[in-house]
Amino acid sequence: MEEFRVLVVDDEDDFRETFVNRLQRRNLDVDGVESGEKALEWLDKHLYDVCILDVKMPGMDGVETLREMKTKRPLMEVIMLTGHASVESGIEGMKLGAFDYIMKPADIDELMEKMRQAHEKKTLHEEKIRQAKIKELEGHPARVFEQIREEGT
Amino acid sequence: MEQKDYSKLRWKIVATTLCFSLIPLFALGFSVYKQFSVSYSAKIMENLRTLAENRRSTINLFFDERISQLTTLAYTHPLNQLKEEGYLDKVFDIMQTRSKSFVDLGIIDEKGNHAAYSGPYNRLKEVNYKNEPWFAAVKLRGVYISDVFMGFRRFPHFIIAVMCREGDRCWILRATIDTDIFDGMVRAAQVGKKGDAFVVNRDNVLQTTPRFGGGLLGHPKSPDFSASVGTRVEEIELDGEKSLFATTVIAKNKWVLVIREDPKEALTPILKARYSGGLLFIAGVLIIVAGTVLIARAMIAHLIQVDREKAMLDAGLVQSSKMAALGKLAAGIAHEINNPLSVIKEKAGWMKDLLEDEDIAGSTSYKEFESSIDKIDQHVERARKVIHRLLGFARRMEPVHEMVDINRTMDEAVDFLENEARYRNIDIQTDYLENLPRTKSDSSQLQQVFLNIIDNAIDAIGKDGEINIKTDYDPRNRQIAIAIADSGPGIPRDMLKRVFDPFFSTKESGQGTGLGLSISYGIVERLGGRIAVESPEGRGTTFTVYLPIER
Repeated sequence: MEEFRVLVVDDEDDFRETFVNRLQRRNLDVDGVESGEKALEWLDKHLYDVCILDVKMPGMDGVETLREMKTKRPLMEVIMLTGHASVESGIEGMKLGAFDYIMKPADIDELMEKMRQAHEKKTLHEEKIRQAKIKELEGHPARVFEQIREEGT
Repeated sequence: MEQKDYSKLRWKIVATTLCFSLIPLFALGFSVYKQFSVSYSAKIMENLRTLAENRRSTINLFFDERISQLTTLAYTHPLNQLKEEGYLDKVFDIMQTRSKSFVDLGIIDEKGNHAAYSGPYNRLKEVNYKNEPWFAAVKLRGVYISDVFMGFRRFPHFIIAVMCREGDRCWILRATIDTDIFDGMVRAAQVGKKGDAFVVNRDNVLQTTPRFGGGLLGHPKSPDFSASVGTRVEEIELDGEKSLFATTVIAKNKWVLVIREDPKEALTPILKARYSGGLLFIAGVLIIVAGTVLIARAMIAHLIQVDREKAMLDAGLVQSSKMAALGKLAAGIAHEINNPLSVIKEKAGWMKDLLEDEDIAGSTSYKEFESSIDKIDQHVERARKVIHRLLGFARRMEPVHEMVDINRTMDEAVDFLENEARYRNIDIQTDYLENLPRTKSDSSQLQQVFLNIIDNAIDAIGKDGEINIKTDYDPRNRQIAIAIADSGPGIPRDMLKRVFDPFFSTKESGQGTGLGLSISYGIVERLGGRIAVESPEGRGTTFTVYLPIER
């Protein structure tokens, strides 16, 4: 089973903690935070492959948080977690670049499947970027120094 | 409003309008009539007075002329000349050629004997007048007009006598007046069929023959006017009949001329006017009454219609605001329930995950735990579905707009349920209007509505029955009507209002969610139409979906 890092953002403590436990049990590297603001802070310090983001939260809501996340970590895939009344928000989230949405109460297996797909997509995407960079370096070997300098800063 | 209130209001309108239109009409008619009749009566009296005064002048002139004729004759001829045989005859003949008013002429000496006589009654020459009342009177006053009397001739007549002094002697010139001529002058004042004119003396003795009542020298039937002074006109009731009397004194205040007029004849024009006025008035009243009643009826009819429309509008508003409130409530509940439900599901899932640990798997209660967790999962799922449907009712999903053939959409819905119906021995009859216009709507949502209603109909019938589906088009309101009637037991009146409420169900608990009709209601409303339900006691239920034609 491939391992990837997951961030769960949900204001409902009982739900989030249980959810984190269950995902960890499925050999995922999972962290949970209770608000959009906290999530953005965490993203500054940590790298994640997939984020499970609740749409309806006090303070910064899901759609807003998503927008910020996409500027911070464009490659991280986000799965929106919606209630019945907020399916529209889920759809809006997808327009803003979320990978998919899933309705609460969610089935863990279904969610695992979606996360796997999201991770796959991300991996694929990163692979493409890497290929592109290699191609570029092949064309202009001198760029490798620029690359190193960029990564160094 | 109640039927009774309407008719009460109608009567109020009628009564008020009649009051305000009839009272002025009455007042106007009455005052005009009164004014007219007063002035007309005054005019009649005035006419009568003029007539009386004319007669008086004529009669007085007649008398003055006779007197002056006689006076002239007396004072221009010496007695001896008049006494001459044949001279008086000559004078009388001359007078007769001009006017036949004199019957005879006589000269009477101081002793009352005829000194000369000219006329048809030669017998009179022998008569001595010394003891006659007029003889003394003429000697006293010089001129004398007698009352009518029978005299020696046994024939009604009156005389005018003039005394003449000649030196120390005096003699009298006497003339008999033809009563016919005098009568004729008086009768000329008799007007109309019932008018009368006669003369009475100061003793109320008739001097001429009246047309009605009383003979010459008798007493008239009319009131006693013998004491009259000057000219007067008055209305007097006699034997229950009103009469107008004009009285005037004539012949040197000796006599009173009485002219009687029947006011009914005089007033005939005004009576005619009253008659036609009355007819006009009645016609006017009838027109006003008819107009008022018609207007009141039209107003009430309009009012009833407005009230009915308002009641329908109110009912519709109440229903739609109720549905909107229920929608909000449903959404709120769904959301609030959903969160704890998610937690429960996650906790159950976590417990299931933990059950996989070896030490627990060996426990004796492992199976019990597992099945309990499965049951929790199952019921969370069931609750989730309810919430899902509830939100389906509440959610404002924008309907798709496409051209829909209602008949075909209905056919698809019927196909879907036909097996179920056949199994329960329910016959579904369709009566589609051909060329039903297509409308812009959402066919899948409409199909859901039709399915819900037909499904309910099948459940209502249970077994053995009939469902009639009819489509119709009302070009006036530009709407399609889809009626779905079942032969079931019908819906009790008190429940009829609640059939569209969410979670209202007559089915056994667990059989239905009570959301089908409320979802249908929401769908049809979003599509711009409405659903009506009718359930005459014991004669099945009819749901009618009205959809506007939109292109």
